[in-house]
Amino acid sequence: MAPNQLSTMELQSKVPAGPLPEKWSRHKFALKLVNPANKRKYDVIVVGTGLAGASAAASLAELGYNLKAFCFQDSPRRAHSIAAQGGINAAKNYQNDGDSVFRLFYDTIKGGDYRAREGNVHRLAEVSVSIIDQCVAQGVPFAREYGGLLANRSFGGAQVSRTFYARGQTGQQLLLGAYSALSRQVANGKVKLYPRTEMLDLVMEGGKARGIITRNLVTGKIESHSGHAVLLCTGGYGNVFYLSTNAMGSNVTAAWRAHKHGALMANPCFTQIHPTCIPVKGDYQSKLTLMSESLRNDGRVWVPKSKEDAQKIQKGQMKATDLKEEDRDYFLERRYPSFGNLVPRDVASRNAKYVCDEGRGVSKTGLAVYLDFADAIKRDGQKTIEAKYGNLFEMYEKIVDDNPYETPMMIYPAVHYTMGGLWVDYNLMTTIPGLYALGEANFSDHGANRLGASALMQGLADGYFVIPYTVGDYLATIGPADKVSVDSPAFKQAEKRVSDQVQRLLSINGTKPVDEFHRALGLIMWDYCGMSRTAEGLKKAKVMIQALKKEFWTNVRVTGDNEEMNQALENAGRVADFIELGELMVDDALNREESCGGHFREEHQTEDGEALRNDDDYAYVAAWEYTGENQPEVLHTEELVFENVKLTQRSYK
Amino acid sequence: MKVNLKVWRQKNNNAAGKLVEYGLDNISPDMSFLEMIDVLNGELTRKGDEPVAFDHDCREGICGMCSMYINGRAHGPQTGATTCQLHMRSFNDGETIIVEPWRARAFPVIKDLMVDRTAFDRIMQSGGYVSVNTGSAPDANEIAISRTIADEAMDAAQCIGCGACVAACKNASAMLFVAAKVSHMAVLPQGQAERSIRAERMVAQMDAEGFGACSFTGACSVECPKSISLDHIARMNREYLGAKLTSENV
Ligand SMILES: Cc1cc2nc3c(=O)[nH]c(=O)nc-3n(C[C@H](O)[C@H](O)[C@H](O)COP(=O)(O)OP(=O)(O)OC[C@H]3O[C@@H](n4cnc5c(N)ncnc54)[C@H](O)[C@@H]3O)c2cc1C
Ligand code: SF4
Ligand code: FES
Repeated sequence: MAPNQLSTMELQSKVPAGPLPEKWSRHKFALKLVNPANKRKYDVIVVGTGLAGASAAASLAELGYNLKAFCFQDSPRRAHSIAAQGGINAAKNYQNDGDSVFRLFYDTIKGGDYRAREGNVHRLAEVSVSIIDQCVAQGVPFAREYGGLLANRSFGGAQVSRTFYARGQTGQQLLLGAYSALSRQVANGKVKLYPRTEMLDLVMEGGKARGIITRNLVTGKIESHSGHAVLLCTGGYGNVFYLSTNAMGSNVTAAWRAHKHGALMANPCFTQIHPTCIPVKGDYQSKLTLMSESLRNDGRVWVPKSKEDAQKIQKGQMKATDLKEEDRDYFLERRYPSFGNLVPRDVASRNAKYVCDEGRGVSKTGLAVYLDFADAIKRDGQKTIEAKYGNLFEMYEKIVDDNPYETPMMIYPAVHYTMGGLWVDYNLMTTIPGLYALGEANFSDHGANRLGASALMQGLADGYFVIPYTVGDYLATIGPADKVSVDSPAFKQAEKRVSDQVQRLLSINGTKPVDEFHRALGLIMWDYCGMSRTAEGLKKAKVMIQALKKEFWTNVRVTGDNEEMNQALENAGRVADFIELGELMVDDALNREESCGGHFREEHQTEDGEALRNDDDYAYVAAWEYTGENQPEVLHTEELVFENVKLTQRSYK
Repeated sequence: MKVNLKVWRQKNNNAAGKLVEYGLDNISPDMSFLEMIDVLNGELTRKGDEPVAFDHDCREGICGMCSMYINGRAHGPQTGATTCQLHMRSFNDGETIIVEPWRARAFPVIKDLMVDRTAFDRIMQSGGYVSVNTGSAPDANEIAISRTIADEAMDAAQCIGCGACVAACKNASAMLFVAAKVSHMAVLPQGQAERSIRAERMVAQMDAEGFGACSFTGACSVECPKSISLDHIARMNREYLGAKLTSENV
């Protein structure tokens, strides 16, 4: 159903007309260029130095623009992208196994459950091939075959082998590549780096983005930075759930504060819950660790058939290996005979939740299922399994103190990625002129579910190969003189807003540390806006979040002061924003009366419990507009038009 | 379990620091070391005291942010692991645990357990790259690279830039970090054109940052969470001497 609050704002996707494969080339030709001598007259601000930010800043600096790059870590090299393990997709078809740009496009659109724009996704597939070339030239040591050519592996949701990888550290190597390109531009004087610096507000004037306000995390100094364009490359907001596979510092603050100035937030409820993570052990748990998806190639997922056996296991009276074959339920193989353990992430996660909800989970908490390699070891020998997964088994043992060669691993789903984010058009511009969003921070390419190895691809596509063209068009249009000085009232007022908020957080002087609010929020989100959602639960969550917000602003305790390194203060600001985002996610999930990808509404399922999409009423992007403190956000929709793929219901039976 | 902590507290770079004692009960052996510090920080905050500042982010051994010197060892008693990968089961019930920041002239303390490692970034900026602009690369499979070479490059490229090598070295030398980067690029065909100048510049920057000289004791490699091998230092020395003989750069 189209919403009744009808848009006054027309969302212009700016996807060019013409046949799909020619859209990007035609668009590039139509975009205005900045002449080489003029580029140095433009200043561009890049917030974030992960794959998206580092690649964008380096590429724009190479073109001649003046860049400022910001990150909250002590070095650009430590952005959360560093932690990606599995790999990066590209339609190189080096394996001659039938891959093509169109197939990568098709897999991504289908994997996203038909909730992404065709034009954007096709462009992503198109530029994917250049990414690999660029990275190899930078010295990224991808895995190779004996003949010296690049190796590939397969990943979920695809029938071809198109994933490039560097051991289990692909994100690290790609980021170090982008960081080295960035470092070269720092040495050239084209990029000024601001590590340990957090963006706390966007500065607007005349309806355009003019710069940002930052806080130096070491000295507490609030500073203004003016630029012709601002690029937010600030990553995803999975930490709204407190526990996730994201790094501890990953946050939504930059995007959220831009949202408050008018940048629409798109599909915020689309989050990805990854099935193979190490289960939660206790209340003290601070983050969750991902075990690569590749494990599902050889591991079999099961729980005991009976609740009684499960309880004995939970109490430690029985071990997994004591359970006879006929007493085990290989629930994925049973329900999905053709895909078995290799169903997509959302399906695998949901089913693990169901068996645990039935009381058949294992581990002390009852919130875990087994991932068993016994058959694979019997079949292929321990050597082979070790060669494939040795480092993952080692990592598991380090954390859990249990040997997965002997007893089955225990896994449970965890929040991993956010498909939603700032709404952007085909040029990656948000609804605020001059403000762009790249990488996980935008909503653009993955629809309702992201395929493995596609986030790294998207971050680098945006930074290396899209933004260098599209930002030029905007800069050429406004001209070098269209810039606002940091001494202007717009900057001074924004600085004041930021220091007022810092002072407010420090002066509440309540009783609870910031982390406690964050944990509480995470639990609400996980229970009611996680793997499975109902209207009733979501409504309850909204009330709980509003109460939490009130309590936060009256009872949070932040010790220390502003003029020094103060991590609790940093966190307090981030958690305040997460609380507000959480409420919007709930609204969005409530509005979307269908199940698609990572968004599963229990009211909308097929007879046998599978997600039921509603293409007639919900084949749209939900983009939300902030209208003021404690005011309901206004929904705007962008209809998705499919001209090149046929919408089908996913089936993995 | 119970632990008795002695933690380095230092208000800022100008202030003097000292070890402060804290006792914690009810620590689970399954907790990670950093989760134990989280518990301490929760208690400090509730009492109105300032929590202990420390660097951390990924908490899975890859970002290189965490950096604690625990009972006289960089990243604590476990080998091949970062501080965030250390668990309380590595300690005894009732044990006294001394926690300090990295100590090196080139890594000034910012606060408590947090140090400034931007010297590493400046070393990278001096030459830790291949000069290739976006869009100018040839096809990725144009140059075949043997698996042995690719593996060797990857062994070196795994460095997470944590600085444990510097902290573990009695001279606070950054040789292992620099060698890992020089080595990674020196073995790959893509790194050849700038091979000499890279080694020279990176070594010069390392010296300028105030890191100490390498006396080849190997402490760095032992404490390195990624077990970067001393062979890379040997290679870098060859690269550097070769470069000095042939060029007038730097
Ligand atoms: C454990 C794990 C494994 C993964 N594995 C894969 C994989 O194998 N393949 C794949 O394709 N994807 C994978 N992903 C997803 C992928 O890693 C991320 O989506 C991607 O790296 C995000 O990159 P980014 O550049 O958008 O943001 P990030 O890398 O998150 O960078 C965000 C940047 O923004 C900065 N920042 C944020 N807020 C502020 C602020 N307010 N002020 C200043 N700076 C700020 C940060 O300092 C940082 O530099 C994985 C994710 C996880 C969690
Ligand atoms: S060489 Fe090892 S110890 Fe030194 S910075 Fe790199 S990973 Fe850390
Ligand atoms: S916190 Fe990232 S390596 Fe320890």
